[in-house]
Amino acid sequence: MSGSTRWGRWAIPLAAIPVIVLLAYGFRTDPRAIPTPLVGKPAAAFRLKTFDGPEISLEGLRGRVVVINFWASWCYPACYEEAPVLERGWRAYKDREVMLVGINIQDKEEPAKRFLAQFGHTFPNAPDPAGRVSVDYGVYGVPETFFIDRAGRIRAKHVGAVTDAIFSANVDRLLAERP
Amino acid sequence: MTPEIGYAATIVAFGLALYGSIASAIAGRTGRRPLVASSERAAVGVLVLVTACMLLLIYAFLTFDFSVRYVAINTNRGTPFYYRITGLWGALEGSIILWTWMLALYTLIVVVQYRRRHPEFYPWVLSAMMGIAAFFLLVMTIPAPPFERLTPVPPDGRGLNPLLQDSGMITHPVALYLGFTGFTVPFAFALAALATGRIGDEWITITRRWTVIAWYFLALGLLIGGWWSYHVLGWGGYWAWDPVENAAVLPWLTGTALLHSVMIQERRRMLKIWNLTLVILTFSLTIFGTFLTRSGIIGSVHAFTQGTIGAFFLGFLALVLLTSFSLLAWRMDRLKAQGELDSIFSRESVFLLNNVFLVAAAFTVFFGTIFPLLSEAVRGVKVSVGAPFFNLVNIPLFLGLLILMGVGPLIAWRRASADNLRRNFLMPTAVGVAAAVIARALGIANSLVLLCIAAVVFVTGTIVLDFLRAVRARRRSGDGWAAATLGLLRRQNRRYGGFVVHLGILVVALGVAGSNAWSLHTETTLGRGESAELGGYRVRFDGLRASEESNHFKVTGTFTISSGVGSRDVLYPAKKFYAQEQNPIAYVDYRLGLIEDVYLVLGDFARDGSQATIKLQVNRMVSWLWLGGLVLTLGTGLAILPDRKKAA
Amino acid sequence: MSHPPLTRLAAAALLVVMAALPALAAAPVNEDTVREIGTELRCVVCQNLSVADSPSETANQMRGIIRERLAAGETPEQVKAYFVEKYGLWVLLSPPKQGFNLLVWIVPFVGLGLGLVLVAFTVRRWSRRPAAVPAGIPEMDAATRDRIHREMADMDRS
Repeated sequence: MSGSTRWGRWAIPLAAIPVIVLLAYGFRTDPRAIPTPLVGKPAAAFRLKTFDGPEISLEGLRGRVVVINFWASWCYPACYEEAPVLERGWRAYKDREVMLVGINIQDKEEPAKRFLAQFGHTFPNAPDPAGRVSVDYGVYGVPETFFIDRAGRIRAKHVGAVTDAIFSANVDRLLAERP
Repeated sequence: MTPEIGYAATIVAFGLALYGSIASAIAGRTGRRPLVASSERAAVGVLVLVTACMLLLIYAFLTFDFSVRYVAINTNRGTPFYYRITGLWGALEGSIILWTWMLALYTLIVVVQYRRRHPEFYPWVLSAMMGIAAFFLLVMTIPAPPFERLTPVPPDGRGLNPLLQDSGMITHPVALYLGFTGFTVPFAFALAALATGRIGDEWITITRRWTVIAWYFLALGLLIGGWWSYHVLGWGGYWAWDPVENAAVLPWLTGTALLHSVMIQERRRMLKIWNLTLVILTFSLTIFGTFLTRSGIIGSVHAFTQGTIGAFFLGFLALVLLTSFSLLAWRMDRLKAQGELDSIFSRESVFLLNNVFLVAAAFTVFFGTIFPLLSEAVRGVKVSVGAPFFNLVNIPLFLGLLILMGVGPLIAWRRASADNLRRNFLMPTAVGVAAAVIARALGIANSLVLLCIAAVVFVTGTIVLDFLRAVRARRRSGDGWAAATLGLLRRQNRRYGGFVVHLGILVVALGVAGSNAWSLHTETTLGRGESAELGGYRVRFDGLRASEESNHFKVTGTFTISSGVGSRDVLYPAKKFYAQEQNPIAYVDYRLGLIEDVYLVLGDFARDGSQATIKLQVNRMVSWLWLGGLVLTLGTGLAILPDRKKAA
Repeated sequence: MSHPPLTRLAAAALLVVMAALPALAAAPVNEDTVREIGTELRCVVCQNLSVADSPSETANQMRGIIRERLAAGETPEQVKAYFVEKYGLWVLLSPPKQGFNLLVWIVPFVGLGLGLVLVAFTVRRWSRRPAAVPAGIPEMDAATRDRIHREMADMDRS
């Protein structure tokens, strides 16, 4: 009895250690950040009617670097923080084969239009009423921004408000690639 | 001024608790009585100071003192009066105060009750409890100070989370924390037993009532949580296997195992190591639960916040586990079972099985909850472990436990003869099987439900059988039925209190089975005047109404429900728009019934009130869960009645 | 509610046309299947609620997409695979029973098995100890013994 128990009795306190270590590892993870499996994959096609009237589709944008931003008028404060960034980015790059499209999800028309008016967005924005496009892009919150290369593949995804630096870094990188 | 006084009080309390813990430990080691007395005074001081902190914070709430950050976040000028008091525990810092206050209160109760009666344990128990209180006070001082100032002082606060503005929020944390902190006392006594080497049965006998009461409050807290989820969150369910829900049920499962296995130690002097392990595990799981809720490492609807507080709790958890289990390992030589067993058909075996099932369930829930973390750590892949997994693995375990509930109380100790088995179980088994057959004939096809019905009837049969026999035996000495019944309940209140608790569990089990198997759902869009039908009810959309409330804007729908019987009722589900919340909060309206509830949630609606989307549910048997809670209360009350002095 | 006969006729005609439309699109959708698939998918904006249970708008839209895909003829497996393709394995409410994830399915049962083995071992260890019979049990007098037998017989009869 004594032989195995002498050693075995310390097994229990020692067994606690790996559990504690695992829990400590938890501090390094963010349970809310879901890694996307879509980077490197072709971006899902969509055809939406913008708030202004004309339709916009991903196919029609082939050959250009495309930035898609998912937003909502109730997404406070992040969407409000990044809105000026997006407009600035658009104005800087719009003559350089870059397209910026805003997709409005789970929102009502009036507040969405008010949001657009408030920030004076000049790039196309379209509502996604049934959420098909947002699910097609694996969106799980707002704002989320996707950077798509000229060949139509998703190359980067940014969750949360974009900054000028993030916007230009990604667009420049994709622009530099020859089609 | 208030924040400064409060902060000072916290620091002083921490110092006192730390001092008391160390002084008591030294007293325990060296036997110096004055140190114990000094430590007791420190305990009183801690309670006074923590109470003062609570009152100061409540005062800040009531006077809209938005210079205190906690007040500014959790209340605003529109918050109703009673939520300004109970909102105290609506967020992290306040919940820590509540926990600490309960600990301080329990410590004082321990002081009053045990200072004369158990001088050998007492200093160590006091030391352990004050040490734990010191930790929580440390948390109140460093990572989660409730009295942090906010500058500049905002004109109005943010407001209490609307989901918390409900009676469930007032009672659920209180009950839950009474349960969690209640387990501190048996744990402290276990540590004292290990430290003094008096690891006989004393510590169990002393703490038995504490364990029962803590177990009860934990069960009550869980049920209230289920009720809150059911009538506030708008999904029509009461348990989602959310990580924080799991964290609360873990100590409840091991606590239930503890409640039963201590009976074996009391009667037969066995399982000493196991009981010590269980109580250490149960207490550790309460700390683990707190850690999970507050560290933010696993996303949950309950999770409060992150920051350094997680590290504090993890460190404390590590300290508790390593210290207690090392103490146990050190003393293990002295812990030998003294009883024998003659057959696997015995109450000891059944209780062992009960423990295995409960601990296996606890382990399953634990493993499933941390598995996403494990997967991410090992493979970098995020996975989810949710209801389908937990239900699949736990349902067989719980069904098994139901059956054991019927076998355990009646089977003989040491060895059950064939005669004993026949007398006690033949009739209930037959009735159970018959009930399942009848249920099948009545159209119930779900095999799990049939099993559940059979088990429930079986257990009820054993309880009734035992009770009737015992009453009849008492009647032979001349008592009438009433006198015999009451006398029996009083004399053997532990046993029959336990039976009533079992009955409560059966009621809850039926509620769970029925609600899962027989509830109906539908989702539809109705124009004004249109109706939807479900489960014999017809719901007609009559219109929408907008109103301005004290701290929110509300759109209420009017829906008339009629059932075939011709009774009519009107439901008013609503959507509440709070300024500080991004999404509207759904206000569910429902009609509760014994067998079924009608449950209506308002979804999307047209601005002009011409259309509304609704989620309509007819939930069956859910009320049985709340009824079961009532029965649990009665049973626990009976079980903890003080022992009558036996007549000389 | 009462409608004039013409409206009822129009409604009936509309119903007939509408009934025909899904047939043109392919399979009719069973709401139970939608719900079933919904219970296995995680609502991506909620904490731990299934798509079937969650009252959120996102879950609503996800249910709509499930319905659409089923109507287009996809099997439940294909619908689930679509969501996994977009969100990763995380969107399944319980991990698939393969590879590393088998661990979570097996470990609980292994644990239970170990527990039962431990219990069997303990029971055997307790049973092997010879019972120490205390010496000197006082003799019972006949009257008491008879009374005990009588009462036990009574209990057995009842």
